[in-house]
Amino acid sequence: MPANRTGSAGTSPTGSSPAAGALAAAAILGFAGGLVVSSFAGFRDFLPELLRGAAVTVQVAAGGSLVAVAMALLATAARLYAPLPLRWLAVAYVELFRGTSALVQLFWLFFVLPMFGISLSPMTAGIAALGLNIGAYGSEVMRGAIEAVPRSQWEAASALSLGRFRTLRRVILPQAFVTMIPPWGNLFIELLKATSLVSLITLSDLAFKAQQLNQTTLRTVEIFGIVLLIYLALSLLVTLAMRALEHRAGRRLLRGKETG
Amino acid sequence: MNAHWDWHYVHEILPILGEAALITLQATLLGFALALVIGLVLAVCRMAANPLVRHAAAAVVEFIRSTPLLIQIFFLYYGLPEFGLALDAMLAGLIAIGLHYGAYCAEVYRAGIDNVPRGQWEAAAALNLSPQATFRRIILPQAIPPIVPALGNYLVALFKETPLLSAIGVLELMQTAKILGSESFQYTEPITLVGLYFLVFSLLSSGLIRLLERRLGVRAASRS
Repeated sequence: MPANRTGSAGTSPTGSSPAAGALAAAAILGFAGGLVVSSFAGFRDFLPELLRGAAVTVQVAAGGSLVAVAMALLATAARLYAPLPLRWLAVAYVELFRGTSALVQLFWLFFVLPMFGISLSPMTAGIAALGLNIGAYGSEVMRGAIEAVPRSQWEAASALSLGRFRTLRRVILPQAFVTMIPPWGNLFIELLKATSLVSLITLSDLAFKAQQLNQTTLRTVEIFGIVLLIYLALSLLVTLAMRALEHRAGRRLLRGKETG
Repeated sequence: MNAHWDWHYVHEILPILGEAALITLQATLLGFALALVIGLVLAVCRMAANPLVRHAAAAVVEFIRSTPLLIQIFFLYYGLPEFGLALDAMLAGLIAIGLHYGAYCAEVYRAGIDNVPRGQWEAAAALNLSPQATFRRIILPQAIPPIVPALGNYLVALFKETPLLSAIGVLELMQTAKILGSESFQYTEPITLVGLYFLVFSLLSSGLIRLLERRLGVRAASRS
């Protein structure tokens, strides 16, 4: 699933068709939004409940993102610079969480861990499972971005007698950071989409509310139509935020080059 | 509370999970076949001469990729009957998976087709081949081999998303494991076994893809 929207991270940072995709999405959003307002009778009744669900979705996505970034940082640091046993542990983590399905991981944390005496609330289990899952993919992205910085950068820094740590912090990471923003953007969208899984462990997120309303009102097409649009809008927000971040990071890197 | 691993119970449920694994495999292969076809259609539409078709296809791809597969599955399974088209759970799930991964595959196809040198189109035009024949006989055969590994990665990704079908009651691995767990109150063994199954298959198939990548790379290198 994730890490596949990344495409050509090195060559064209924004992927295949940057503006066109967002514009197209915005266009359908506008069109379908109009359709909702004009023809879906009674959508005002659903909306407040669905928005409450969306707030839970956002919460899980935000928490999951934090866990994912932290896990990716840890795993990458361990894989690149830690002693051997820790490196193996990091590799095992990445392979385990990339190799199994997100839903299986979620169910394992929620249904199996209690058997070992560790009971997590649905919210904690959801954030942990999604964060661990996306973090494993994120670690691959980070490692790729760091390894994509040309070797000559290390050599040049060592010629300037910069230490290993300072080279990493001042020379390598700022460049790697810019390359890894677009693939991370894709991962955050994957994470956002994956939050719908938490509805299956009884957390009342957007997907859960949709099912609940569907069972009581049977207005399937309207409800799920609105829900799809809410997810689309959230994805679009993530895309726009990541593009702004990429723009700023790229500019900062350029300015650093001019003055330094 | 039983924190220990019950081998006896494992022996009992393995055959049941084995049968469910076949359903999972079936869903994976059928879903992917559908995704390959839908992806090609979407890719061709995205490159159509008509701007309306082009933009509509781009919007559809963007929309499908920006919304969760689970909601798409619900939409098709619960929503289609309103249009008088009641599908059983497996079929609705397969269509949703095929559409979702078709949208991802469309981008891969497009990259592959874009990478065929323009000169190939021109040479085919010079030989008086029709555009359809050029596309089918000249462009596609050159576009597909380089993208096989990328498509393979989507096959693995799709495989790992088939547990979502459990949400609409398809009796694949996850659903079977959940039922077994709720019958015996022993969730540890079934869910762990399902996880192991996915792990083994994913590792095997990503190894295969790496092998394929290397062989295709060798072939591409020797040709040029």
